[in-house]
Amino acid sequence: MRVAGRGLIDRGTPVEFSFDGIRYSGFQGDTLASALLANGVRLMGRSFKYHRPRGVLTAGSEEPNALVTIGRGAAQDPNVRATMQEIYPGLEARSQNRWPSLNFDVMAMNDLAAPFLGAGFYYKTFMWPRSFWEKLYEPMIRRAAGLGALSGQANTDRYESAYAFCDLLVIGAGPAGLMAALTAGRAGADVILADESNQMGGRLLAETLEVDGKPGHVWADEVLAELRAMDNVRLMTRTTVAGAYDQGTFAALERVLHHTGDRPAGAPLETYWRIAARRSVLAAGALERPVAFRNNDRPGIMTAGAVRAYLNRWGVATGRSVTIFGNTDDIHRTARDLLAAGVHVAAVIDSRHDGPVSTDYPVLRGAQVCGSSGRKGLESITVRRASGEERIQTDCLAMTGGWNPSVHLTCHMNGRPTWRRDIAAFVPTPGAVPGMRTAGACNGAFSTAACLREGISAATEALSDLGLKAPKPEPPQAEDQPYEIAQLWAVPGKGRAWLDFQNDVTVKDVKQAATENFRSVEHMKRYTTQGMATDQGKNSNVAALAILADATGRAIPETGTTTFRPPYAPIAIAALGAGAEGAGFKPQRFTASHKASVARGAPMVEAGLWYRPSYFPQPGETTWRQSCDREVQMVRSAVGVCDVSTLGKIDIQGRDAAQFLDFVYTNTFSTLKVGRVRYGLMLREDGFVMDDGTTARLGDSHFLMTTTTAAAGDVMKHLEFVRQGLRPDWDVSLVSVTEQWAQFAVAGPKSREVLNGVLDTPLDDAAWPFMACGPVSVLGVPGRLFRISFSGEHAYEIAVPARYGASLFDILTRRAEALGGGLYGMEALNVLRIEKGFITHAEIHGRTTAYDIGMGRMVSQKKDCIGKIMSERPGLEEPGRERLVGLKPIGESRQLLAGAHLYNEEDAPVRTNDQGYVTSVCYSPTLGCMLGLAFLADGPDRHGEIVKMVDHLRGVTTLCEVTDPVFFDPEGERVRG
Amino acid sequence: MCVDKLNAQTPCDGLLPLTIGTVSVTEVDPGAIHAVSAFQGQAKSLSEAMKAAHGMALPAPNRATGKSGARAVWFGPGQTMLIGPAPDPSLSAYAAVVDQSDAWAVVRLEGDGAEDVLARLVPVDLRPQNFKRGYTARTLLFHMTASITRVGEKAFQIMVFRSMATSLVNDLQRAMEGVAARG
Repeated sequence: MRVAGRGLIDRGTPVEFSFDGIRYSGFQGDTLASALLANGVRLMGRSFKYHRPRGVLTAGSEEPNALVTIGRGAAQDPNVRATMQEIYPGLEARSQNRWPSLNFDVMAMNDLAAPFLGAGFYYKTFMWPRSFWEKLYEPMIRRAAGLGALSGQANTDRYESAYAFCDLLVIGAGPAGLMAALTAGRAGADVILADESNQMGGRLLAETLEVDGKPGHVWADEVLAELRAMDNVRLMTRTTVAGAYDQGTFAALERVLHHTGDRPAGAPLETYWRIAARRSVLAAGALERPVAFRNNDRPGIMTAGAVRAYLNRWGVATGRSVTIFGNTDDIHRTARDLLAAGVHVAAVIDSRHDGPVSTDYPVLRGAQVCGSSGRKGLESITVRRASGEERIQTDCLAMTGGWNPSVHLTCHMNGRPTWRRDIAAFVPTPGAVPGMRTAGACNGAFSTAACLREGISAATEALSDLGLKAPKPEPPQAEDQPYEIAQLWAVPGKGRAWLDFQNDVTVKDVKQAATENFRSVEHMKRYTTQGMATDQGKNSNVAALAILADATGRAIPETGTTTFRPPYAPIAIAALGAGAEGAGFKPQRFTASHKASVARGAPMVEAGLWYRPSYFPQPGETTWRQSCDREVQMVRSAVGVCDVSTLGKIDIQGRDAAQFLDFVYTNTFSTLKVGRVRYGLMLREDGFVMDDGTTARLGDSHFLMTTTTAAAGDVMKHLEFVRQGLRPDWDVSLVSVTEQWAQFAVAGPKSREVLNGVLDTPLDDAAWPFMACGPVSVLGVPGRLFRISFSGEHAYEIAVPARYGASLFDILTRRAEALGGGLYGMEALNVLRIEKGFITHAEIHGRTTAYDIGMGRMVSQKKDCIGKIMSERPGLEEPGRERLVGLKPIGESRQLLAGAHLYNEEDAPVRTNDQGYVTSVCYSPTLGCMLGLAFLADGPDRHGEIVKMVDHLRGVTTLCEVTDPVFFDPEGERVRG
Repeated sequence: MCVDKLNAQTPCDGLLPLTIGTVSVTEVDPGAIHAVSAFQGQAKSLSEAMKAAHGMALPAPNRATGKSGARAVWFGPGQTMLIGPAPDPSLSAYAAVVDQSDAWAVVRLEGDGAEDVLARLVPVDLRPQNFKRGYTARTLLFHMTASITRVGEKAFQIMVFRSMATSLVNDLQRAMEGVAARG
């Protein structure tokens, strides 16, 4: 029911929305929870396990009961707390975890079965038969118990991530946070003030407190106006600081557009902030504790602070005849606020014997609420006193068990809070997060005056750390009431008294855990699931451990808390991964020829971050194999062109460049002549092969190394490590020039003819023998030419500055096509190299040595190199090692499969008989059969033998002849021709 | 007989310019770009040669010297990018000079909110008091390694690998849309 003259809502702006299909009206400034309460709706959800009818318990982000789904279709957003969701015109909210409707939920049957469903029930009951767990029990349980659901469609909303930096991050904009921000802002510090709510002010908005003689919210507005006018202060509303990390880094989630139906294109729904702050002040306030008593979960029973918040901030009376129960003077504050607003207060039940009395409303001291009735909404409560039990009619019970300071963020770096007996609560342990100070209610200071004072002093200390001097402001005048609390966790009695509303955990469950020897608070938590719901136990942790302490005969500090972990409030995965969905997952690297390849219909394969054409389909070709076979034959018989710009290219210069290469390569480069290229093999420090490639000598102290596409980054890193870490005494400079040059392989008998069409000086064998390199002029542009071959054909690689890449690619393609050649892709490139027995990272996969790949003799005995000593370890050279061979199918099955294992022909194909494995296979159109490269025990000594290839996964067995890995042109005549 | 001619294409060809809200991003023709790395013990001589030939000293770490049209941008330990002029031959006596003119996509991000756009992509502190004109950083731009230099009160020069120009524009566009939508 709305109360006239109360609240900070804009009564001039009515807002229509719907809940479960029914249209309601609220006002601008309402949350879904306050608007529903204003419309008399108390039932807002069903509980997780027992499907008990539930209403709103709190007025903040800790809300465990009132979870709803917002919107429909791909963008449907489940588990939204009605207490945080602001209403907007057209808002569509639906209740969750009920069928067929919120009012009539079939699954509420679970509630009747409650005696059987206590803690550990699943573990004990669904043990047998074992196979039923996955097939039957788990799916059944998951269906019965749950929260809202995602749409199952790709999310259409946009999310964003961002970074922010500041001198001082103030978390929470209640009286303490406002004062801290004001103090630091006036001193000129760069301040970020973040608050979860849409409106800053914290409890000043929810109470009728005065600051400096003004209503609290008016004072807050004045402070905010001053802060807003400061260039050095950034106010972040609707922003939950959710985690504290190393080096003053904080995670924060800003709910940018949840409060409006207007979603401009490109606008983010949420922004995930990483805030780096030199210092921080935590002023996160406190969360009120419910009291556990029988059936304390009925709609209409809520925390006293929430009742005051709904009344004072949103102008909503949560009942017509309200009862109040608790253990601090907050019960009287609640009663006074209600009375002043004209709401009937049926009774105030004070668990203390010595609390204040009143002449305005009945006060029952030394009394406790021990039960309630009303299935879908509170109808009455039962009060127990020494004189007996008494039933009181009421439609709303405001309860308070005291306040828990929000210590969460101080514990994110493994800090533990400290127990304060005088306020019966945990408070932050100073210094738990470096650079963070705590102020106000989160620090256990519960009066307004104390909050204001602590805000000033926390900021002043932080400013002094930052080297900023500031006049310390006088704290404003405000109430400074003492906090008189008598511990009250649970009211004794039969029946179920709820602790964790969200996961349906009762006092009895915790006691049972203790009985079954789950005495550690961490074990109790996992056994009962207390604190494991999306509210992370904000409403129940302290009460649950107090009850556990009692049940195990220990004190509360001795029992300890469970571990607080980020995030403080739920964060959508979509926000964490913002921008990284789809193609945003990683950068895309495109070659100069990319567009031309795509235009020719070439499917792209990813090689690291690069996109490379797989093959170039011609009209009439229906499978990749047809295209691939044609491209291979084209290279062998005429000429093919392939973009090889993706290979890593590293410019190496300096007086000691040659020496450096001798050190990183197994073979010698200092003897290489200028204008020549040499193949090189590189080992890791552990002696295994790291990468291979060619290096050209462009000048006396100037080399150009190429690496494989996939290992380019790793090789550069390795070389930098060697240069900076191992041989800083050498004069070597390394610059990646991969991106500078567009480079194309032109391979095949007619390669020279194609090149002579673009080179300003024609080629001949005398000047350009195999493995020659040098500068050339390409259609007037200075380029580089290398006579190297990865196909075994007479071939070249021609390089021009990348800006000319697309143009040269087109020209080379046209010229090759005119000679019966054309483009070839990765598939053909792979076939060509397998036919020649050239290795790739399929063979140098990190577990093979130079000896294994038949290049043992490339490890020079005349010099040292990285990995040499380690490659000589006994196990790496012993007989029986699996070494590189070729395979040809000879039996009925002609199929070879990479990944298949090898066995002796007569052996059973089982692990203990394993002889090796296949790394690369292809169909060779040149030789008319499949070819494979494989590692086989003592392979090079077994050429001509028959082995059995078995692919257990795909059920293929093929007999193969072991051969030399070089299948085609073993003498290498073509490459020199 | 040869009628073929090589045509040059810029890294962001067909991708830019782009203006969203108050922020625009345009491709820069940087002129020549050369990586200049001093040989051992030659940093001082190199700096003097740079000053004599190009009028700017070797920049300190995280700094850029020079001005529009001729800049020297710190690019990592012991490495400077000379951007604009062709390197004077005298530099080669003291440094490895490597042509990078085609290796980098160079764009200029400018306008009210340019900093907010970068705050969505770059994990370093670019606030004006900490990242002044002439400051530079080798850092990440979303998932890419980048070089970012403040070249004006509201203007940044961004360099990424040429091959990543498309991703750069996509990332900038998304961030610019997010900033513009907030108004």
